[in-house]
Amino acid sequence: MTVEFRKDLFADERDDDLVEVGKPTRRQDILGHVTGRSPFYDDHLFEGLLHMRCVRSPHHHARIRSIDTSQAERMPGVARVLTGADVPNNLNTLLGLMDFGRDDEPLLSTRKVAYRGEPVAAVIADSEARANDAVAEVRVSWEELPCVFDVEEALAPGAPVVNDTYPNNSFDYHDTYDHQKLRFGDVESALASADRVIEGCYEMSPIEQAPIETNGAIAAPETNGRFVCYTSTQALFFSLATASKLLDLPSNRLHFIGGTVGGGFGGKVDSIVEPMALLGCMLTGRPVRFAWDRAEEMQVGAPRGAERWYLTDGVMNDGRIVARRFTGYFDAGAYTRLSSYAIIKATGHLPGPYTIPNVSSDILCVFTNRTPATAMRGFGITGVDFAIESHMDVVAHEIGMDPVELRILNAYRDGDMKPHRRTAKNCALIECAQVAAQKAGWTIGDAFNAMASTREGGGERAAIPPTVTDRDGRIGERRAGRTGRGERRTIAPTPGQDTATSGTPARSGDAANYAHPAAAPPWQPGAVPQPPRTEEAPPAPQAPRTPAPGRYSRFATNAGLRRR
Amino acid sequence: MARKPLQFRLNGAEKAVFVEDGANLLDVLRRGVGDLTAKRGCAQGGCGACTVLIDGVPGLSCLTLAETVEGRSVATAGGLPGDGSHPLQEAFMAHFAAQCGFCTPGMLMAATALLESTPHPDRNQVVHALSGNICRCTGYEPIIAAVLDVAGEGGGGRS
Amino acid sequence: MTVTVQCVPTVAEAARAVAHDRSARYFGGGTLLMRAVNEGADNLGILVRTTDPDLKRITSSGPTVTLGAGVTMREVLADPALAFLHPVARTIGGPALQAQATVGGNLFAPHPYGDMAAALLALDAEAACAGGPSRPLADLLRDTGATGSQVVRSVSFTRPEAGTFRFRKVTRVRPTGAPVLALAASIPVVAGRISGARIAWSAMAPRPLRAAETERALEGCRLDAAGIVGALAAAARGLDPPDDALASGWYRAEVAPVHLRRLLLEDGED
Repeated sequence: MTVEFRKDLFADERDDDLVEVGKPTRRQDILGHVTGRSPFYDDHLFEGLLHMRCVRSPHHHARIRSIDTSQAERMPGVARVLTGADVPNNLNTLLGLMDFGRDDEPLLSTRKVAYRGEPVAAVIADSEARANDAVAEVRVSWEELPCVFDVEEALAPGAPVVNDTYPNNSFDYHDTYDHQKLRFGDVESALASADRVIEGCYEMSPIEQAPIETNGAIAAPETNGRFVCYTSTQALFFSLATASKLLDLPSNRLHFIGGTVGGGFGGKVDSIVEPMALLGCMLTGRPVRFAWDRAEEMQVGAPRGAERWYLTDGVMNDGRIVARRFTGYFDAGAYTRLSSYAIIKATGHLPGPYTIPNVSSDILCVFTNRTPATAMRGFGITGVDFAIESHMDVVAHEIGMDPVELRILNAYRDGDMKPHRRTAKNCALIECAQVAAQKAGWTIGDAFNAMASTREGGGERAAIPPTVTDRDGRIGERRAGRTGRGERRTIAPTPGQDTATSGTPARSGDAANYAHPAAAPPWQPGAVPQPPRTEEAPPAPQAPRTPAPGRYSRFATNAGLRRR
Repeated sequence: MARKPLQFRLNGAEKAVFVEDGANLLDVLRRGVGDLTAKRGCAQGGCGACTVLIDGVPGLSCLTLAETVEGRSVATAGGLPGDGSHPLQEAFMAHFAAQCGFCTPGMLMAATALLESTPHPDRNQVVHALSGNICRCTGYEPIIAAVLDVAGEGGGGRS
Repeated sequence: MTVTVQCVPTVAEAARAVAHDRSARYFGGGTLLMRAVNEGADNLGILVRTTDPDLKRITSSGPTVTLGAGVTMREVLADPALAFLHPVARTIGGPALQAQATVGGNLFAPHPYGDMAAALLALDAEAACAGGPSRPLADLLRDTGATGSQVVRSVSFTRPEAGTFRFRKVTRVRPTGAPVLALAASIPVVAGRISGARIAWSAMAPRPLRAAETERALEGCRLDAAGIVGALAAAARGLDPPDDALASGWYRAEVAPVHLRRLLLEDGED
């Protein structure tokens, strides 16, 4: 494989004195890999090793009336059967380690289950086969409950409550809203005055990371009351702290050994197998192995969650995008795991690598009776990038503009202000688009080939615009059927505010921050790059040049209308 | 639980072990005789991480009833040189053909079987030979390149 | 559940052992049953296997071809006289699986597997069961379940005329994988007209099966774009394509005529 380095680009920003970057270097662990000696968690042999298998819910949503383990405990080779009562601290949320969100998920459920495959008991036996046999003998009395699998249906009044910690079926952001807000400029006014308003809806299904090595851990007693845990985890200290919390055990009594991971891709951060194996070890005094089989990896291994995105763009006929509004739904599945945080990442990414002067976004983390979702490569970004770039193609098609030229025209330049109040630096989208077009034999206009990330940015484009804020979507309103528009206020930009970290509106009591209570005119970037056109941009098909305010032209694509 | 005696050759060495009824060869290799090089990726025959050679023929040890290898020869990646000096090992290292490394022992066994029956395969033959082995990291191209490298040069890695 | 393995010297004894115990299963190549054992299937008590050399016998030199039920895909691929079946055997797993998967086992592989079974249906094969007469494979597959304790000894069929047997398999991954669908056909052409065509699908119903309506629609037609219009219209009739992770039943039915056309006219991309 040959790699071409385009050192002609940004040559004056680089010293080219890097030692390793740009040169192939062998992995330090590759000799172990090609000799089969790399020590994965399951490559440690223990005398008297016990094997753990879980009793899992066959239902998507059900109340647990009772769990009878007596028959299973009498099965040959069974050392112990665990239920939630054995877990010292049986409620957790992964991001509790950084004080984000409330504990919402048991290690072994005792009261109800909210997704198919949720564990309610675990058998520890001297072989996997015997553990499986005993699992079949655990008697659980289920009372099935109505379930919900669609994010928007889950938010409707009357939908089944999936997760008792969040009875509105959505994560609570900042103790105030049922969604993460981003407000930048005045999207409504900009949409009203745009030549075209182009809408789209984009969805991404859950995606399983499918590492070749499944999740697993082996825990064994050490001396001095310590326990060693060999684990497949991608996040050793995360797993250690999570196990410490669930087991109510000081972390200095846990000796975690990892670092050799048979593929993870985000699917090995949820820290479930480690506390399970450790608990089994603590209660039996023997080494215990808890290894998911492939079916478990696929059924209960947390995937990248499903996402649904609604995009509304205000576009001028020359291709400038003057407003973009997002409504996003992350399907967290039954428990929070990392979805709430993925939304924070997504919010910081909006509106994609483009300078759009008016942006707003509401993103909801929604609970459904599906497998809990977690990280996967680029999580929080991949789904919305799919939506953004699909929508860019739709916009280009709708206004009759070349899709690469549309991207170059709107691409952010060095010095531009991003909606999350950070200045864009080291931009390179324009150059990437130019090179990609060239490599693909795709012709773009000379004016677009002449553009550069380092020019025409900053200045007025570095300003934070007067921003219209609202207090819509407070916790519980949506489920109560109250979704009307509330009061709008406009916040004037504060000089030197370019390091503000949040797009959330001021809280009550911050009234002094509100200024210009009447809506300010929608902010337009000062120095919009203007491609020299020898002819007028193609007229928009079937759309008035100036649509009536608030009247959207139509959904841009049939695909955009498709819903489950 | 019934246990049966089993004798077979593993990488040239005689092994004798008691196995449980219904045990698969993968578990016997890993827990019975302590060869941990074959990996359990699925235990369904879908991933190839447990690929070994049985009398020189590639086999999925997870789907092989252990007692069926009575008196036969089994080869695993554990039989490859521990210093990585086998041409395939050198080529895998030179071509970055391993990332997480979990599929690598199975890939090496599948490639070994190919090169023993077809010393100079073309790309299509390499692709077919590796078609039962899943890799989630590399995208396969570095692995194919490594095998072709050995095939083309008659041995020896490129560095 | 924990299992017991019995090894007996002959197919006949294996058949008796299987018939004797409801929890007993005949163990062939093991690609299906070992997976069930590994996953702790709770309906397995006894695995019955045999070392009977009859099961490994291939008779491929004459007009009648007989394949022992224990013949593996690898052994099919090693026999030049079975070249018409190589495209089928080559797509059933990678080389390691091919060395284990047997002709007999493929007959009873659950959806979406069963590509060799579809090929044998298109060849109008007969199956010889231990302790019973030979019967058409189509009947055996149709009745499977009611007569699940039978042990197949071999399958036989008439060697197809050169160029009349075709096979096409659609997978999500290349070059081998479980099928979205597969279809096999025997298309004799007499005096420019199709005569006695046999079409069989796998992954288009719970079990591989013949496409009777398509076969009727082809009878007497020319093997060209105009001649097969009726057959394409009938392509999905009488089928019951299941939903699974590879494709929905709806999708399978929608694309069935496309792949039937490519098979018949050999104008498709691989």
